[in-house]
Amino acid sequence: MDLDPEDLFRDDEDDPDNEFQGKDYAKELVVYLVDASPKMFSPISTLDDEKGESHFHIAVNCISQSLKSQIISRSYDEVAICFFNTSKKKNLQDLNGVFVFNVAEREDLDRPTARLIKEFDSIEETFAKAIGSQYGIISGSRENSLYNAIWVAQALLRKGSAKTTDKRMLLFTNNDDPFGDIRGATKADMIRTTLQRAKDAQDLGISIELLPLCQPEEEFSVSHFYADLIGLEDEELDQFITSAGEKLEDMKDDLRKRMFKKRKVRRITFLIVNGISIELNTYALVRPTLPGQITWLDSVTNVPLKTERSFICADTGALLEEPSKRVQLYKGENVKFSIEELTEIKRVSTGHLRLLGFKPLSCLKDYYNLRPSTFVFPSDDEILGSTCIFIALYRSMLRLRRFAVAFYGSSSHPQLVALVAQDEITSSCGQVEPPGMHMIYLPYSDDIRHVEELHADVGSVTPRATDDQVKKAIALMKRVDLKDFSVCQFANPALQRHYAVLQALALDEDEMPEVKDETLPDEQGMSRQGVVNALEEFKVSVYGENYDQEEMDALSSKTSSEAANKRKAIAESAVKECANYDWAELADSGKLKDLTVVELKYYLTAHNLPLTGKKDVLISRILTHLGK
Amino acid sequence: MARKEALLLLLDVGPPMHSFLPEIEKVCSMLVQKKMIFNKADEVGVVLFGTEDTNNELTNEVGGYEHVMVLRNIKVVDGDVVEALQKLPRGTVPGDFLDAIVVGVDIIIKKFGPTNKGKKRLCLITSAQNPINLPFEGSKEEQVDAIAKQMNVQGIKLESIIVRGKLTEKADTRVMGENDSLLNQFSKTTCAKTVHVESPTTLLGALQTRNISPVTVFRGDLELAPKMKIKVWVYKKTAEEKFPTLKKYSDKAPPTDRFATHEVKVDYEYKGAEDPNKVVPPEQRIKGYRYGPQVVPISSAELEAIKFKPEKGVKLLGFTNTSNIMRHYYMKDVYIFIAEPGNTKAILAVSALVRAMKEMNKVAILRCVWRQGQGSVVVGVLTPNVSDREYVPDSFFFNVLPFAEDVREFQFPSFNNFPPSWQPNERQQDAADKLVTMLDLAPPGKEEALQADFTPNPVLERFYRLLELKSKKPDADVPPLDNTLKRITEPDPELLLQNKSVIDDFCKQFELKENPKIKKSLRRLWRDKPAISGEDAGDVDTNTVDALKKESVAKVDSIGNVTPIQDFEAMMARRDSKIWVDIAIKDMNNLVLDLVENSQNGNTYDKVVDCLVALRKGCLLEQEPKQFNDSLRHIVKFCQEKSLTSFCELLASKHVTLITKAEAVDSNVGDDEAWSFLVKTEPALE
Repeated sequence: MDLDPEDLFRDDEDDPDNEFQGKDYAKELVVYLVDASPKMFSPISTLDDEKGESHFHIAVNCISQSLKSQIISRSYDEVAICFFNTSKKKNLQDLNGVFVFNVAEREDLDRPTARLIKEFDSIEETFAKAIGSQYGIISGSRENSLYNAIWVAQALLRKGSAKTTDKRMLLFTNNDDPFGDIRGATKADMIRTTLQRAKDAQDLGISIELLPLCQPEEEFSVSHFYADLIGLEDEELDQFITSAGEKLEDMKDDLRKRMFKKRKVRRITFLIVNGISIELNTYALVRPTLPGQITWLDSVTNVPLKTERSFICADTGALLEEPSKRVQLYKGENVKFSIEELTEIKRVSTGHLRLLGFKPLSCLKDYYNLRPSTFVFPSDDEILGSTCIFIALYRSMLRLRRFAVAFYGSSSHPQLVALVAQDEITSSCGQVEPPGMHMIYLPYSDDIRHVEELHADVGSVTPRATDDQVKKAIALMKRVDLKDFSVCQFANPALQRHYAVLQALALDEDEMPEVKDETLPDEQGMSRQGVVNALEEFKVSVYGENYDQEEMDALSSKTSSEAANKRKAIAESAVKECANYDWAELADSGKLKDLTVVELKYYLTAHNLPLTGKKDVLISRILTHLGK
Repeated sequence: MARKEALLLLLDVGPPMHSFLPEIEKVCSMLVQKKMIFNKADEVGVVLFGTEDTNNELTNEVGGYEHVMVLRNIKVVDGDVVEALQKLPRGTVPGDFLDAIVVGVDIIIKKFGPTNKGKKRLCLITSAQNPINLPFEGSKEEQVDAIAKQMNVQGIKLESIIVRGKLTEKADTRVMGENDSLLNQFSKTTCAKTVHVESPTTLLGALQTRNISPVTVFRGDLELAPKMKIKVWVYKKTAEEKFPTLKKYSDKAPPTDRFATHEVKVDYEYKGAEDPNKVVPPEQRIKGYRYGPQVVPISSAELEAIKFKPEKGVKLLGFTNTSNIMRHYYMKDVYIFIAEPGNTKAILAVSALVRAMKEMNKVAILRCVWRQGQGSVVVGVLTPNVSDREYVPDSFFFNVLPFAEDVREFQFPSFNNFPPSWQPNERQQDAADKLVTMLDLAPPGKEEALQADFTPNPVLERFYRLLELKSKKPDADVPPLDNTLKRITEPDPELLLQNKSVIDDFCKQFELKENPKIKKSLRRLWRDKPAISGEDAGDVDTNTVDALKKESVAKVDSIGNVTPIQDFEAMMARRDSKIWVDIAIKDMNNLVLDLVENSQNGNTYDKVVDCLVALRKGCLLEQEPKQFNDSLRHIVKFCQEKSLTSFCELLASKHVTLITKAEAVDSNVGDDEAWSFLVKTEPALE
């Protein structure tokens, strides 16, 4: 239960429903295995990029980004960073060519800390000196750094039970054939032992994922070696797309997406018709990210506080268990409901998703929205044939431009939903929109307000824009066109600021970081001559020639609005009244509390202080202002 | 504070309305119930028409206005209205809605006069199916004009709901047309709204049962550029009507205490982790924010000083194609932007943009800070809302879009990459097409079923009905959903019946079966992974038991006849215990012998050879030559006895020989012996 009403970002209408806050997953343990062989450091030459970034840089960058988002949204997950093909070694097993990167006050596999993020950010500068790059697999020696790396990672992932945690190794490399230099029986042997090591790890419930990096001209061939290591079957082999790598940016994007682990919210049954029901998994692809929950601390000791709630009977003063009855005042009487009855009222359906019919997409109005949508994707895990039916319906809906209306009988929010089929969209940086359906929560008539009519001027015909005015507006729109706008291209400045401050405070830094607000309009673009002209033409067309002048006149003739006048008058009288009291004297003698609230407010108004709160609050505000 | 509202319900109870009266009773009582809870000071009156009897002041004063009955004069809401509304009499004569409106206007004027500034509303529910009486003088149209004028002067609003279910043969379309146009005339000349309703479910949603006076979220400039601004007001267009928050009830007070409040106070205490007895006063607390494992304390003052503080304002970032903004990115409830009321220039500017956006299929992207001091910004999409009524200005809808942090870019496999067995074939696709087309909720020429604007929340309906029931009978049970509400949660049986053949064909085309790989006992586990099973935490015990089973199922512990080689390899690779290697080799040996012995004319030889190859490889890996060699010798001997020379030849051709010392140190077989082993078999036969 959220005990804090004043949380700064939280709107009062935020839904306490768990599903929407993303606490819906098991803990995840991840080891990043980064190939640090010299090949990883060779600059990539691409046409569009002259910075000469290396694959190592990209990998480190991705991990650093991921750490930063992880500490915000999934800080309970644990992470370890492990380089292999290094000249120095640092690991519990004391194996060659493997270096586990860590910072003070942190176990090797642990939750990310501010220090880890900060030091990892500068890893590239210190890498050569502190860790060093060196090929770990060379002919002539039986050293096998990849084998060692997997072993170290597996040992790191030993903690946590396989049932409640999700364990993964993410392997970054640009070498598709790590044993390419080895010849003869040794090679077969090394491959065999490495594969066996990987398999052992997988048997322990650890999944190994490959994040291949490749040069534009040479493809990363998974089939050389890694297909066996990560256990790809034939069909999956085709599906495993190596990053196209045409642009570095795309490769980064792709890596970033792959580092994510899909988390299912729940599995639901979709009743179609006549008892035919298929199986769907739901995913929360879009949910507002809020600054982490507040933990109350004792300001003296900085120790976290536990909140204890107790129920007290107002009549007898007796301490109660959580009461099981609720009442609603109605017709002057308390009408009692038991918790079970309230639950029963909400149970209007069986808890499944139930198809009611289809409508054309034009029936889905822009104002039919209440909450973020949920993505559904079919699954054949339990019921074979689910996917087939889903795909058939999905294709029909796409082609016929229709959406499905269904009733989703969840226990807390039984609701009508629209299922909108979304075609897969891919771009050079991989999948942009996954194929599947989006479940949009529809409002009820009780939730829709008829505001348009509120100020309708009865009897008179409301003005409508003329064709010429519309034409001018179109001209303006063409000028100010965001061609490649994609939702979510902006970072949330409030959130960025909040976490930048937290990071600075956590590291005891003095300087507060500046965060750029990307959401501000493009002033430069707006001041281009073409845009300015189009704006001016539109303005003249709808407002007439002398609008600014008229506005100025209107302003000067009225100098200020009535409300402002009134406010000013109040302020003036308050200043006058305020002078009648000796506030310092009253404060010292503790007589402030003898004044009325109205009198107290003279002081507050005269000194431009907030007027809200109860009497004690007002008094303490005055005392603070007086410096007492 | 919201102003009081005076509402007069004008209800047609004539014969064509009888089938709808149960729903009218429900929706009107709910309206009054909500007023009793949320707007206690509102006043409500009820006028019926189409009744046998006549009872209204106008009849007494001027005559006429027959079959209009004032059931309850306008007064502050109370339980009696609900009672009265729940048993409306069934009328016997066709109702005249115009008479009812006149009576209604008369009542309001008499009660309040022109001075009362509160809201005054007439709500008419009628079938408008029967001809209305000709006025004493002038035409019907002129009469409507006169009434409308009077209503405008008095500031009375009219809301008409025209209810027509399945029309009977007798219904006169000409009359209905005339009536509709009369009511439309109201809409044009006065503040009136007309809604047509066909089904009982829609009727429940057609009347707004709770009046929330809207408040602006923002008033100010919509800034296209620093030099071009439009004055707008922003309201919420949708906002969820929440389930009422009920108070906690304490039954501790003695039953004799008549003044007992039965209230429960909730007390919070804050205690440090190490000393559970020490209570920290609330003002000594400080907020701590999690950053990884660290909790960073920040006082409110510090927070105020460093937090993000954008300037209030609504700014245009640009326009973009509608297709760039997918519907599923809408994040929250919806806002509406209207031009500042009365400001003609602003209305024109909004209108021009709305129409231009509509025509070009564009939307606008805005950055909004609604209030000064708000700690965050909102980026969202403005979509055009072209008004189809003359006196309602054009407006925009505004939906909040996600930030980069809010989107999780999960990757899903492409449907085209799924195996063919998961792809629908042509006939299946055809069946799906038919289903999607025929199971139509918005058939042309008919009412769109389940339109959000006219679909009530079944949970709230149920709550208020139970509330009324319980106020009379405290131990009343939760009533089951009636058929009208079931139209919202379940498919319409009539629609299903109409499309029976389409549905049957759909069911025939697709086959669903339970996945045999998952045992029954595991189903629960699969359904509720520990992480998501918050709802039924009671099942922890079964979960753990199931989890153990699952592990043993997932791992291979014997070699089957179907996929012996895969089973063997899986077992050999198991690392949880060394014994699996022994068991695997032994199992494989047995299987091979079994296959050879039961072979008929060599039909299993290929499989046997494959198994032997796998067995040999496995024994080599594990350096267990003796087991393999023994086994091979045994088989060869068996073949020799049974004169199965062809099998030995097959073995030789596949190089399945004894494992030599060179291959495995433990072997006592030399290269020569290994090679000659199979070859030698033939002479041995003689």
